[in-house]
Amino acid sequence: MAPAEDPAPPIWRHPEFARGARDMVDTSLGIAAWGLLTGVAMAESGLPLALGVLMSLTVYAGSAQLAALPLLASGAPLWVIWATALCVNLRFVVFSAGWRRYFAPLPRTQRVRMAYFAADLNFALFLRRFPEPPPVAESVPYFWGGVALNWVSWQLPSLAGLLLAGHVPVSWGLGFAGTLALLALSLTMLQGRATQVSAAVAGAAAVAAYALPMKLNILVAIAAAVAIGLLMERLPAGRVAQERR
Amino acid sequence: MSIWEGALAIVGLALITLLTRGFFLFPERELPIPGWLQQGLRYAPLAALAAVVVPEIVTTQGQLIDTWRDARLPATALALAYFAWRRSILGTIVVGTAALLLFRLGLGW
Repeated sequence: MAPAEDPAPPIWRHPEFARGARDMVDTSLGIAAWGLLTGVAMAESGLPLALGVLMSLTVYAGSAQLAALPLLASGAPLWVIWATALCVNLRFVVFSAGWRRYFAPLPRTQRVRMAYFAADLNFALFLRRFPEPPPVAESVPYFWGGVALNWVSWQLPSLAGLLLAGHVPVSWGLGFAGTLALLALSLTMLQGRATQVSAAVAGAAAVAAYALPMKLNILVAIAAAVAIGLLMERLPAGRVAQERR
Repeated sequence: MSIWEGALAIVGLALITLLTRGFFLFPERELPIPGWLQQGLRYAPLAALAAVVVPEIVTTQGQLIDTWRDARLPATALALAYFAWRRSILGTIVVGTAALLLFRLGLGW
C-alpha cells in the first residue's frame, strides 16, 4: 500500500474500475445497437446535425430522446416536450433513492457528475455487484468503470447513426438486439423466488398498462414489482418456500 | 422550430436527465426514506428492465400479438435456449438477432 501522503492513484487504476467496465462489456453490444438506432432516429426526424450531436452528448437518455423527437419535429410546445421527457425519466427518480444509499457521503459536485452518467443498466449491474453498500473506496471506481464503458458504447454509435442515417439496413433488427441485451441481463438477475415473481409481475403489468401515455407503464410495473416483492418477503408462506429451497 | 428553440428544448431535456437521475442523490440533508421502501427498491431495476423487454417482444403497436408467426417469438425462444445453455449475454444477443433476421427475411414472419 502507498503511504497516506502520496497522491491517490488515478481512479482508473483501481481494480474495481476494470471490473465495472468488464461487467458492462457483454451488454454493451446491445447498448451500441440502441445507440445507433437512436442516432438514426435523430437524423431522420429532421434534427439538424449540430442539434443531434448536442442532444446525444447532453441528454444521454435514449428512451427520453426517442419520445421527444417526434414532438420536436412537429413543433410541439416546449413544456409538452419537457413534461414527456420527465415522465419517461421518472424511473430514474426511483433509482436515485437507491444511488443515495451508496453515494450520499460524497461531495455534492461529485454526486452531480455521477448523476449524469447513472443510466439504467449501470444501476442494475451496480446492484448486482453490491447488494449492500461497500466502502465508497470500492463502489466509486466500480461505478466509474461501468459508466465510462456504457457512455462510450452509447455515444460512438449514436454519433455514427447521426451521420449514417439512411445507410443503416435492417434497422428494426437493431432495436431487437438492444431488447435481447436487456433480456439476457434480466435473466442473470433472476435470483430468488421473490425476485422472479416480481419480475414476472413487472412484465405483465407493463403490457397491461401499455396504453398509458409517456411510458408511464414502466412506472406502474416498478410499483407493482416492489409491492409484490415486499409482500412475498413478508408472507409466511413465502418465507417457508424460501427456506425450503 | 428555429435552431435556437431546438437548442433550448435540448438543454431543458439535458437538465431533466440530470435532475431525475440525481433527484434523491442531490439533497445534503438527511432524507427520511423508510426502511421498507429502501428494501423494496431492490426490485426496481429488474422491474424496469422487464417492463421494457416484455412489451417489446409480445406487442405490436400496443396490442398483444395475435399470431405465432412473428419472427420475435422464435428468436426470443432461441435466445432463451442459448442463454440457458451457455449463460452468455453476448451469445444470447447474437443468436437472437441472427434468428430474427433469418425468420423475418427468410420466412417473411
